[in-house]
Amino acid sequence: MRHDHIISAKQLSRADIEAVLDRAAEAAADPEAFADRHENALLGLCFFEPSTRTKMSFTAAAKRLGGDVVDMGPVGSSSVKKGESLADTVRVVEGYADALVLRHPSEGSAQMASEFVDVPLINAGDGAGQHPTQTLLDLYTIRESAGFDDLTIGIMGDLKYGRTVHSLAHALTNFDADQHFVSPESLKLPRSVRYDLHEEGASIREHTELDPVLSELDVLYVTRIQAERFPDESEYRAIAGEYQIDTETLEAARDDLTVMHPLPRVDEIAHEIDDTDYAHYFQQAHNGVPVRMALLDLVLGGDR
Amino acid sequence: MSDRELRVSKIRDGTVIDHITAGQALNVLAILGIDADSGDAVSVGMRVPSDRLGSKDIVKVEGRELSQDEVDVLSLIAPAATINIVQEFDVVKKHRVERPEEVVGVLSCPNRHCITTEDEPVESRFDVLDDGIRCTYCDTIVRDAIAEQIDVA
Ligand SMILES: [Zn+2]
Repeated sequence: MRHDHIISAKQLSRADIEAVLDRAAEAAADPEAFADRHENALLGLCFFEPSTRTKMSFTAAAKRLGGDVVDMGPVGSSSVKKGESLADTVRVVEGYADALVLRHPSEGSAQMASEFVDVPLINAGDGAGQHPTQTLLDLYTIRESAGFDDLTIGIMGDLKYGRTVHSLAHALTNFDADQHFVSPESLKLPRSVRYDLHEEGASIREHTELDPVLSELDVLYVTRIQAERFPDESEYRAIAGEYQIDTETLEAARDDLTVMHPLPRVDEIAHEIDDTDYAHYFQQAHNGVPVRMALLDLVLGGDR
Repeated sequence: MSDRELRVSKIRDGTVIDHITAGQALNVLAILGIDADSGDAVSVGMRVPSDRLGSKDIVKVEGRELSQDEVDVLSLIAPAATINIVQEFDVVKKHRVERPEEVVGVLSCPNRHCITTEDEPVESRFDVLDDGIRCTYCDTIVRDAIAEQIDVA
């Protein structure tokens, strides 16, 4: 892979994706072999909104490569002066680290920040925009459990604001995948994502109910519908309930259905599913570490 | 008054922007940064009969040529526009606008969560699509009302 910065799933070709996933599989199979790959490497963590898991996952990945992290700390603390521009912050932190990880509430922030730095910058989520490292670990999980050939995937929940959905849908256009999008009318895919999928000639269909497509699916990717997207609580409850799954919902599903979720969940997947063979979401979360190890290895110059 | 007379009359040196989509003349002025205080001598014709367009707007600006950035944005709201450079009452150069591949500055992104709308040292940047424009940073697509995004400084 020759990308200095990892900004958007759109920039990833099938070959790029497979290179990362292959290396992630090596890291997962033999972590010892990676343990001193990047001794002394420092990863700069710039998290402008809280995301404990993503941050921990990057920290674990850096440490498992023999490196370490420098963390600017929570926004509003003394280390990041309020009012300083993002462009200035990343230019300062660039001086401390060999690569940067950015999480920021504004869309396009990673793209902009990458224009100000020479070290590789990895987008760990920019507003409702993109979250490419989540997509890579999602793809890793899909490859492990269902494969990429002749894949039928259902993506359900908040498709409008869910950046993990947008990134994943883009990335899947590289593969032979039929994508079914299931959401309430008010949370359908945004126009820009539909535009890209159309441009790529992707096979997509949109639905408001899961039932008609459930039995065809190899993978069901569930996302959370957030209460704050709705003007009042009762409207939220009425809609969210339609997009929750339990073992009864899945009676019509194939036995080898893979259920995924970017976590954290609230109640969109009933806990009774956790102990079934459908549940892959915890494994999916664990896959974040080898996938991020692979990515860091590649951007830090791990070509052997 | 014939179309020809209207197009070339009165202006000595400057630019005549003709065949503007009817109703867009004021947006053209906004793109050019022309308002009541700007001091340019300007004449505007709105909903003038046109053989080619049925009805069109026309803007004449004395003593002024347009920058490429201005022409680029103009092309988005008035794709049929022609630009006539006038010297000593004669049209010395005439060309149609062309849609650019991208537009930098001039327009602002309508997505209020877009990084380009914050206080960062970055200019707005849009890719030009067949039927609209798209923010290079946040991917937001604008199809209608592009003129509303004109960033009048
Ligand atoms: Zn934008």
